[in-house]
Amino acid sequence: MGTACEGDFAETRGYTPTVAEYGTLRVKTGLAEMLKGGVIMDVVDADQARIAEEAGACAVMALERVPADIRRDGGVARMSDPQRIREIQEAVSIPVMAKCRIGHFAEAQILQELEVDYIDESEVLTPADVEHHVDKWLYTVPFVCGATNLGEALRRISEGAAMIRTKGEAGTGDIVNAVTHMRAVFGAIRSLQALRGDELHAAAKDHRAPFELIRWVAENGRLPVVTFTAGGIATPADASLCMQLGADGVFVGSGIFKSGRDPLDDRDGWADDVARRARAIVEATTHFEDAKVLADVSSGLGQPMVGISASTLPDDERLEVRGW
Amino acid sequence: MNGSLRIGVLALQGAFREHVQMLEGLGAEVVEVRLPEELAGLDGLVIPGGESTTIMRLAHSYGLAEAIRAFQGAIFGTCAGMIVLDRDHLGLADLEVERNAYGRQVRSFEADVELAGEKRPLHGVFIRSPRIHDAGAGVEVLGELDGEPVLVREGRLLLASFHPELTDDSRVHELFLEMVEHTSRPVSGLSLIPTH
Repeated sequence: MGTACEGDFAETRGYTPTVAEYGTLRVKTGLAEMLKGGVIMDVVDADQARIAEEAGACAVMALERVPADIRRDGGVARMSDPQRIREIQEAVSIPVMAKCRIGHFAEAQILQELEVDYIDESEVLTPADVEHHVDKWLYTVPFVCGATNLGEALRRISEGAAMIRTKGEAGTGDIVNAVTHMRAVFGAIRSLQALRGDELHAAAKDHRAPFELIRWVAENGRLPVVTFTAGGIATPADASLCMQLGADGVFVGSGIFKSGRDPLDDRDGWADDVARRARAIVEATTHFEDAKVLADVSSGLGQPMVGISASTLPDDERLEVRGW
Repeated sequence: MNGSLRIGVLALQGAFREHVQMLEGLGAEVVEVRLPEELAGLDGLVIPGGESTTIMRLAHSYGLAEAIRAFQGAIFGTCAGMIVLDRDHLGLADLEVERNAYGRQVRSFEADVELAGEKRPLHGVFIRSPRIHDAGAGVEVLGELDGEPVLVREGRLLLASFHPELTDDSRVHELFLEMVEHTSRPVSGLSLIPTH
């Protein structure tokens, strides 16, 4: 060593380091660190995954139907077909995430076998357990989980989640709940920082969260894992709003593939519209504080997803309340 | 010695915050770079880990790719940053690099890296890491894992296939600041290995 590099290493392809640790917390949270400042896009098939990668997505999330369609069609929403997930993995080189139902550890085991890069234990799918979440410490693959407030985020982290996403209200195109949840999480963190050490015990009780995590958050002023925002992001301005409120990055679901011209009337026109909107949201997430860039990228994007005002949803159609 | 160095960290996407913290901890003045004009007046540039396809796409949108090619200071690329600098992308480093060469996230790992001239290894975090498959004659190996190069230097470029910014060990960043100092204000006697 310390001398010139000797050229071709290709014959050692596919080797495994002799002494290495896998699935450590640092490796799990580390991947989320690499996704920061990026957009993770919901996709249902390989074609959508290619559009997302081409637009600059930092990862894709494989699911059976985008949330707006789950909302429209009703019924039970489950993990995606493994064949679809494999097709998506073959189509793109960026990380591929996939969703399992809350508490459905058998779906999680299957997703780990498929070697997805992250598992989202998601309230967007129909919960499989109304009391328990997956014990995420048991897996080599890292998990991301939804949260609406600080206590919920810390309970998921204590179960082994390596990344948090604030929930918002998926499939609505309405940003209001995402804002509410981010303000709840980040506001609660700021409040904890103002407390005396001996007051943190009562705070842990109030938040229904482990004391050690509450103390860590109070000392560091942030969650111990990367925190993205999801649920209702439909425009570049929405992405900028979330980033300015403190998100590390954004998930966009229905907001991209449910926008633009009607794919049944004009398939190519729809593909152009969604690709342009996807690129614009990626650029807005990077340049979130630059109003000039935001004005440029927001111009002439065509029809955003029509959406549903989240406040008009009946209680049994609200996804944000799933998770315990 | 590093007090007056101005280092840019490319902040298009990825783990740029950790590099900022590490470099500030070492006394450098750090600015986040998202647009070409932000490269002006910098002594060095860090291209962080993240997704290389995303970083390249964003770099092309606002003319930053060309500006980085024209940048004269020292550059440190980690993981995706090494890919961005390789023969197939910006073409500044004489390296052929394979993306995600160890496999998907379940194959991400931590392992000790042997440093040239150092007794104490450097703990490396390898996340969906690339591997160097071919290197030009001007590339010098500074760190190895199982006999393979994972930390290399080529002139004013420092390249790591892992993430020194995710641990508390600042030796690689210290080496980079030393390189920055010698690139922006050339003096004789630059040591080839970290000086600890």
